[in-house]
Amino acid sequence: MKKKKILVKEEYCIGCRLCEIYCVTAHSESKNLIKVFRYELGEVAPTVIVEEKEYTTFAVQCRHCEKASCVQACITGAMHRDNGTGAIYVDQEKCVGCWMCIMVCPYGVIKRGVNKKKVASKCDLCVDREMPACVENCPNEALVLTEVGES
Amino acid sequence: MAKRRPPADFVVERDDYKCIRCLACVRTCSYGANFYDERANRVFTENLKCVGCHFCEAICPTEAILVRHNPLATRENAHWTSEAVTDIMKQAETGGVLLTSMGNDKPHFTYFDRMVLNASQVTNPSIDPLREPMEIRTYLGRKPLALELENIEGGIALKTRIAPQLKLEVPIMFSAMSYGSISLNASKSLARGAQMMGTYFNTGEGGLHKDLKEFGENMIVQCASGRFGVNVDYLNAGAAVEIKIGQGAKPGIGGHLPGEKVTEPISETRMIPVGTDAISPAPHHDIYSIEDLRQLIYAIKEATRYEKPVGVKIAAVHNVAPIASGIVRAGADFVVIDGIRGGTGATPKVTRDNVGIPIELAVAVVDQRLRDEGIRHLASIVVAGGIKRSSDVVKAIALGADAVYIGTAALVALGCHLCQKCYMGKCNWGIATQDPKLVRRLNPEIGARRVANLLRAWALEIKEILGGMGINAIESLRGNRDVLRGVGLHEHELELLGIKPAGEAW
Repeated sequence: MKKKKILVKEEYCIGCRLCEIYCVTAHSESKNLIKVFRYELGEVAPTVIVEEKEYTTFAVQCRHCEKASCVQACITGAMHRDNGTGAIYVDQEKCVGCWMCIMVCPYGVIKRGVNKKKVASKCDLCVDREMPACVENCPNEALVLTEVGES
Repeated sequence: MAKRRPPADFVVERDDYKCIRCLACVRTCSYGANFYDERANRVFTENLKCVGCHFCEAICPTEAILVRHNPLATRENAHWTSEAVTDIMKQAETGGVLLTSMGNDKPHFTYFDRMVLNASQVTNPSIDPLREPMEIRTYLGRKPLALELENIEGGIALKTRIAPQLKLEVPIMFSAMSYGSISLNASKSLARGAQMMGTYFNTGEGGLHKDLKEFGENMIVQCASGRFGVNVDYLNAGAAVEIKIGQGAKPGIGGHLPGEKVTEPISETRMIPVGTDAISPAPHHDIYSIEDLRQLIYAIKEATRYEKPVGVKIAAVHNVAPIASGIVRAGADFVVIDGIRGGTGATPKVTRDNVGIPIELAVAVVDQRLRDEGIRHLASIVVAGGIKRSSDVVKAIALGADAVYIGTAALVALGCHLCQKCYMGKCNWGIATQDPKLVRRLNPEIGARRVANLLRAWALEIKEILGGMGINAIESLRGNRDVLRGVGLHEHELELLGIKPAGEAW
């Protein structure tokens, strides 16, 4: 099985931040843009982050690193690699909220979960969708889904 | 109270229930029209700043935005239109020439829309383009009057030397738009699109950016009155050379790229110092007659070792037929005629809207004149200016054109919404701008795909129409005015177009 990777094309990011909005919606209860904004904002947060400085903008989400510091640093084994897809997921039942993963992530793409429970929140490559929401809705194809190598 | 602010041209309406305050519209408007009030937690628009480009409407994820036209709310008056009144208001304030962009937007007669095409019924069979081959490949350039063949060992060889030709897989090319008037990403989109579809794009008069060199086989290089970036390498970089005398949006007028837009890469391609105005004079100062034009044509032919076709582009004006005849006699391999609806990056509004003649009449009279003089085979005719659908291409070819140029149609495929503000250099769609933040909005991969799709779609439609008429090659359509009939046209117009009124049989 090939590994899915999201390719970030910095030169075409227009900084609209629609990826963040669609990420939140994809991970929300209602899956509806307007309802998420009106009723569910306290419950979900985007796991894709748009970095912006002067003329440079780009979206970045978990890189699902080959040598993942977050997996190594996790004290409970919540942060783990799925052998099938090669992607890294966080098991929210096991997570105790020590935030070591947040400390060690070189890209700064792991965030605290917004709900009351102390858990880490990160990109799950939209496991339940064919195409990650951020990739599907990027208006300028600055985020592209690629498949690399054999896992 | 004479000093009155002209009313906003557009109103941006926002459905507050649907607005999720994502601020995409605020972040992306290059004119700064949208803003967010934190205390009120609401997004507003300064309507006076809105140019009606519809970018915010397109980017809004919840369809909360609607950009509406805002006509001047004065007493209705068919003569003193809202546009006429607001133009006077603006000029009374500034005392200057009104600038605009794109093509003529006035409801002048579009002859294409008053011409209908024929189809086969009973007495001649129509052809199904899905089952039978359809030839729409076109060659531009000088054709011999007859072919001489000679017998050689084992067969026959062509004795006649054929002049250099441009091979078009679809009879549609992208018209001249310089790097400077449009962004590099827009140029790249057109170049790749032309390469994908086996046709040509045109560099315009801005010289050749190094990133576009690889598209040489699908490129026509232009030599205009400013002669920016013209040298022997440039002339040889493309497949053909085009001398631009005039353009449909501004016949008789030169060009002016303000110094502030002449950035480092543009100065490099135009070969002028950074920050200096790039002025293209109204005439070529070495061309004051057909004889002078002949000198330039042959100078370019010498420079390109007679290997590339050399064309001349003129605006369609009253005297277009004799001028085109002169151009052909001066040695041009193709003549480009740009009609009154042709677009541009910047032009005085008064010129754009009033100068020149409709392209349909121009191509009809030029084709007829060249036929009458027996020199039609010496040059191909390329038609430009307001071609907006595939049927226009078919009608233009039936009136005598060999191929057409599309400019605005290609830009619309790239996202253009015809807001006519190219001259401001702030194009939200990343087309008519050099601002790096805006240029990146046009991803050339998407752009190339879209313009190629447009050509593919038009090619399919052209084949469909040809098949319906029982014609299986575009060669049989060229100048075949019998397939056209006019609806609601005056007798003399029909005569100039060389077509019969609808209802009249062969």
